[in-house]
Amino acid sequence: MATVPPRRRSTPRKFWPRFFQYLVLSFITLIIIVPLVILVFSSLKTTGEMFLSPYTIPNPPHWENYSGILSAPSFWIFLRNSIIVMVASTAGVLAVCSLAAFVFARMKFRGKELAFNFLTLGLMFPITVAIMPVYLVIRQLQLTDTFIAVILVQTAFGISQNMLILRGFFLAVPVELQDAASIDGCTSFGFFWRVLLPLVRPALAAVGALTMIVSWNDLLTPLVILDSQNLWTLPLGTMQFQGQYSSDLAVVAAFVALSALPAIIFYLFAERQIVAGLTAGAVKG
Amino acid sequence: MEIPAVRNVTESYHIRRSSRRIQDKVTIVLFLAPAFILFLAFLVYPILRSVYFSMFDWNGLGPAVDYVGLDNFKDILTDTVFMRAVGNCLLIVVLSLGIQLPLALALAIMVGRDLPGRAFFRLIFFMPYVLSEVITGIIWMGLFNADPSRGLVNALLVLIPGVKPQGFLSDINQVMGVIFVVLTWKFFGLHMLLYLAGLQNIPREIEEAALIDGANRWQLIQNVTIPLLSSTIRTTILLSVLGSLTQFGLVWTMTGGGPVNASEFMATYMYRFAFKRFLLGYGSAVALVMLLICLTFSVAYMRLARQEDYQVSW
Repeated sequence: MATVPPRRRSTPRKFWPRFFQYLVLSFITLIIIVPLVILVFSSLKTTGEMFLSPYTIPNPPHWENYSGILSAPSFWIFLRNSIIVMVASTAGVLAVCSLAAFVFARMKFRGKELAFNFLTLGLMFPITVAIMPVYLVIRQLQLTDTFIAVILVQTAFGISQNMLILRGFFLAVPVELQDAASIDGCTSFGFFWRVLLPLVRPALAAVGALTMIVSWNDLLTPLVILDSQNLWTLPLGTMQFQGQYSSDLAVVAAFVALSALPAIIFYLFAERQIVAGLTAGAVKG
Repeated sequence: MEIPAVRNVTESYHIRRSSRRIQDKVTIVLFLAPAFILFLAFLVYPILRSVYFSMFDWNGLGPAVDYVGLDNFKDILTDTVFMRAVGNCLLIVVLSLGIQLPLALALAIMVGRDLPGRAFFRLIFFMPYVLSEVITGIIWMGLFNADPSRGLVNALLVLIPGVKPQGFLSDINQVMGVIFVVLTWKFFGLHMLLYLAGLQNIPREIEEAALIDGANRWQLIQNVTIPLLSSTIRTTILLSVLGSLTQFGLVWTMTGGGPVNASEFMATYMYRFAFKRFLLGYGSAVALVMLLICLTFSVAYMRLARQEDYQVSW
């Protein structure tokens, strides 16, 4: 018996735990996937079919719900608005945070620690807590019902976390590189712009992808600031559409599926960046 | 032709150094300015101002003149609806820490470092996180519909003999449970992802050493894996607590705080008073109470986390 190699003995012992693992994981996978599948099924039915057979595969699929939504302007307007806000907020966060992160990672000055701690105060409370006070300031600046207000607020609340993430990445760039650049006559800004930023492109992609998701899904900021329907972003528009057509579940399902689609496509392409951003953010302080 | 005198080497060095220093100062100021201006204008100043407005009975029209002192705070703290909102938030905090995070941790350990199909499960489990709360809310409103011919959950329930369809979102005793289930569906993937990243950082040798020392799988998890994940676990606790305390979008989409305030959260309460009833003074006070609760949690967490770090880093 002692001559039996341990490896062969472990194979049958490993089978049942593995089986159990996959059983549990497959079950959870089902719980995640089924709601989305039901949504797509519903969106491809007529309202009558929804009542007769709500959970079956649509046979034949009815694309009318989709074509109805896509031929009306409102979905496209919400989509455009969401894209404008998302692109501008992401650009804002990347610019503001990489500048500040560079100073904290690479420069020496008095009061540095104080300034740094001050800018990370935002980690202690999410935007929800401050949206009411922020609204009063937006009103005072007469910026209600403008994209610029949404963009500024989203950027301001993205500073703490993203500055922290970028600083971590900047610190990982060897100091020798900056010394070499400095000896070659490179200014601080020159080093930042021509050496550092190209080196940390993956970090910028991670922060950018994360900010895009946060901005794209933000409900509260646009809800509070934007009144005019032609300025609404997708979450606002989806919520309003659901309220308006709540009796017509198939159409609502199609609208929801359409507004989920950009996020899911983006996720499938940028999963690596999103994950990198989130995990870098979680290893803070 | 006059030849310009060659400048003393040390002199030119000093000039270069001081000009470099001025340049650095300008860089620091210019680079920090955007972050500071945005931060002051949209974070610090608003909160300080809301301290002022919280002492007025003000509907937002015209200047705030009706000074009421701390009455708004007294009204908030004696309002049973607000207390219910605080209770609901704390309920979600407790359920998240007691069920959602352990579930995410168990799944992360189960997927581990090298289970075949690891990337697939991570991709699927994390997907709900990228869907907006509005989309998530609408999808689950459909699934939890009280009518079995419209809501899948009830349709499955009535297959069990003797079980009647449940009210779910329209039942004041079930609505919080439903909201917790949906929150878990959306967010457990985030926590699991963070745990997976933490697991990646645990050196394989430590686990192998424990196995050679005769530890079984359970002892390994309990005495090696979880202690080494402690900093990740603490981070997810903070994220989860702050998220639960300030939850808005999902609840607003699914129930709007109803039925009869049964699913009121602090944020929905604030939104209703500030933006539906335009009681901006009262709304400011609610925002400040929420802020104080969040700050208390954050500061307590940082104290505890720092202490533990100190103990661990022998």
